[in-house]
Amino acid sequence: MTEPLLHVDGLHKAFGALQATDGVTLALMPGEIHALIGPNGAGKSTLIKQIAGGLAPDAGRVWFKGRDVTALSTQARARAGLARTFQISSLAMEATVLQNAVLGAMGRAGSVWRFLRPVMHDAELVAQAQAALQRVGLADHAATRTAELSHGQRRLLEVAVALTLKPHAFVMDEPMAGLGASGSKRMTTFLDGLRREAPILLVEHDMDAVFALADRISVLVYGKIIATGTADEIRADPQVRTAYLGEEDAA
Amino acid sequence: MTPILLIEQVLNGLQSGITLFLMAAGLTLIFGVMGLINLAHGSLYMIGAFAAAAVAGWTGSFVLALGAALAAAAAAGMIIEMVVIRRLYDRDHLDQVLATFALILIFSEGTRWLFGSFPLYLDVPAALSGPVTLPGGILYPSYRLLIIVIGLLIAVGLFQLIARTRIGIQIRAGESDREMIAALGVDISRLYTIVFALGAALAGLAGALVGAIQSVQVGMGEPVLILAFVVIVIGGIGSIKGALVGALLVGLTDTLGGVLLPLLFGLFMDPSSATTIGSALASMSIYILMALVLLFRPTGLYGRA
Amino acid sequence: MRRETILNTLLYLAMPVAAGLAFVMGETFLITLITRAAIFALAAVGLNLALGLGGLVSLGHAAFFGIGGYAMGILAHHAQTYTPIMDTWFVLEGTKSMPVIWLVAIASSALAALAIGALSLRTSGVYFIMITLAFGQMFYYFAISWPAYGGEDGLSIYVRNDFPGLNTLDPMQFFALVFAILSGVLWWMGRLARAPFGLALSAARQNAERVETVGLGPFRLRLVAFVISGAVTGLAGALFADLNRFVSPTMFSWQMSGEFIVFIVLGGVGRLFGPVAGAMLFVLLEHLLSPVSDFWLIYVGTILLLVVLFARGGLIGSLAGREVAHD
Repeated sequence: MTEPLLHVDGLHKAFGALQATDGVTLALMPGEIHALIGPNGAGKSTLIKQIAGGLAPDAGRVWFKGRDVTALSTQARARAGLARTFQISSLAMEATVLQNAVLGAMGRAGSVWRFLRPVMHDAELVAQAQAALQRVGLADHAATRTAELSHGQRRLLEVAVALTLKPHAFVMDEPMAGLGASGSKRMTTFLDGLRREAPILLVEHDMDAVFALADRISVLVYGKIIATGTADEIRADPQVRTAYLGEEDAA
Repeated sequence: MTPILLIEQVLNGLQSGITLFLMAAGLTLIFGVMGLINLAHGSLYMIGAFAAAAVAGWTGSFVLALGAALAAAAAAGMIIEMVVIRRLYDRDHLDQVLATFALILIFSEGTRWLFGSFPLYLDVPAALSGPVTLPGGILYPSYRLLIIVIGLLIAVGLFQLIARTRIGIQIRAGESDREMIAALGVDISRLYTIVFALGAALAGLAGALVGAIQSVQVGMGEPVLILAFVVIVIGGIGSIKGALVGALLVGLTDTLGGVLLPLLFGLFMDPSSATTIGSALASMSIYILMALVLLFRPTGLYGRA
Repeated sequence: MRRETILNTLLYLAMPVAAGLAFVMGETFLITLITRAAIFALAAVGLNLALGLGGLVSLGHAAFFGIGGYAMGILAHHAQTYTPIMDTWFVLEGTKSMPVIWLVAIASSALAALAIGALSLRTSGVYFIMITLAFGQMFYYFAISWPAYGGEDGLSIYVRNDFPGLNTLDPMQFFALVFAILSGVLWWMGRLARAPFGLALSAARQNAERVETVGLGPFRLRLVAFVISGAVTGLAGALFADLNRFVSPTMFSWQMSGEFIVFIVLGGVGRLFGPVAGAMLFVLLEHLLSPVSDFWLIYVGTILLLVVLFARGGLIGSLAGREVAHD
């Protein structure tokens, strides 16, 4: 059996009396899209933060490429090859689209301590950034100020910046939100191909996309994973039906 | 150093700490409730001192002078809140710094224009000008003791105000969720004006109380303002309890450092260089205290993470 | 050409042209005044790296200005009294050489900025403002209470320090020297803003999370920016001390820190020439208003208040439009 690339083991996080993450164990295998779904307030965002960095768990470990990264900062995890996109776009809004992508390429190259030559004259960084924009279909907007992008376009830019990192795994928080029907479809096709480059842990509300894409699905309810399996297994799982549809319908 | 001298210095430290608390409490409330950094708080301190000195000069009454200090500072606070400050709540900190820095220039130069550049003197009332005998035979100036008592009473009153009263509940609610209390029908802009005026009145009172020990002059407020900032950094923004603890720590460190450090260096140095090095280090002692707190608790002793 | 570029060129040329005119008319006092504006501009250009590009509202940059000033004062004082600075383990002499003084000023203010930055960057927002203000005040009180270099009275230097090949006592030559330094630093700051470091620093100001997710640490970016910023302001302090041939604790005062921020905001935050415009405007206001009224700072305060409340974007912003330059 192959080793999981990303492995979350017995993660606990409480805010006061609220158990936001309650013993979550989860694995992301090479080449797969593993979707994480769950009703609002299930603790998905809290879990993502503990995986990608920014929030320390009370107990449990996060393993990435066989290495314990639980104590590492967000930037150290990013440097190790874990790329993350945000639910609410997190971009440099005054900068251009291309500059945001170049920032990613720069982070990947680790070439930030340069104080003289304009970064936009660095042909290699710009080429990498443009290639990433091209892949998500934002190449025409390279010179646009990021604040002027629509919400959907900002989503695409988030993904493009993640691509410039040439990561070993993606953690994506609702990349489809705000994309509209046709945009969603294009993103689905894109992610479908992307899994061959690096596996994706996908948090998503768009169930069509989830069921079309995911190799495996985990369902998070009240901080606990109640089921993990293929799309068909999840559809048939009585506990999942209860969680989503309520007691009576499941009976 | 004799124990009596030491106790006297401790009391001096308490007295300076408690006046710092009066400044810091207002600042920290204003920051906690409105999210505003107010550099002009030192000007309100100065206004209180000048109002007290002027009224004491006309009437000869110290009580009236204190009343005037409270009234003048509260009125000035209310006016600047309504004319300038309320336009700044939604601005970034840089704009707040700039605008309140501009207010300092206006208030300082305005006061210089009205009262001239020479310091005024506010006399300690005759009844309080002598010393009192404390247990153990310690003689201590009764006026300074009065400052400590007034300050402690105000601290208690403030804690009660925040914990028990309607306005206190609104203040606490305003710190956690501005929109929610607006939705509950609390008149936010009135609440803000009241909080600002309350902070201003405390600053004005501190200015008047200290004005009777030191001279009353333009520019007297800013050194105290910066000390109050140190207090808030140590105590944690938005916490009245932090302001009290921080203020006492700063007051004691500053006063005792100035006395004890030269003595300490005198143990292994000749007296003149011990005084030099000791007092130079003493001038830095509270900032070193602040640096230590920052190293271990970046959000202050009672600050929320 | 963009309007801001034209404006920048005009601002840049204004100083040497005005100094040249003053020279022709024999108004030495005016040359000194323009030199003063250029030095203030340099100090604020330094601060603008931290404040404008990095978003770090430092209210303690007078600390670096003062350290630069005292670096000059102490070195020159020992040189003019022929006493060594130190002779315990090895002999360290004072100097009257400007380049050496500048290096010492830059190094010592950078070191202070490293210490202050490492502590205060652990916090952010309003904490950062209060802490930098407090540390600035610490240097002020230290300078007052340390008697070896004049304490409250400060130090006078009898003759301006030397620069190879120049007569620095000639106001025009000293101005040229200051202006050359200002030009060099402005050029570098212009490059820096567009270099990889500048992009990352500016991105960290706009969205620290974004910078972390691409694997860069905002703390280190900001600390380096703060150190460079402090060093530039320290260099300005050494020049200011040489201009006046005098240093005193006033260089450390919190009003000084406040005025640096005022220069930046009057000119326009985050714009390369903002501090230049602001410093020129301030020195001009001081020159025009102070004979009119002893209380001229009231007018400055009022203007500043109006700029903050109603004319956001400062002088350059009002004249060149709100759009900030992008490459």
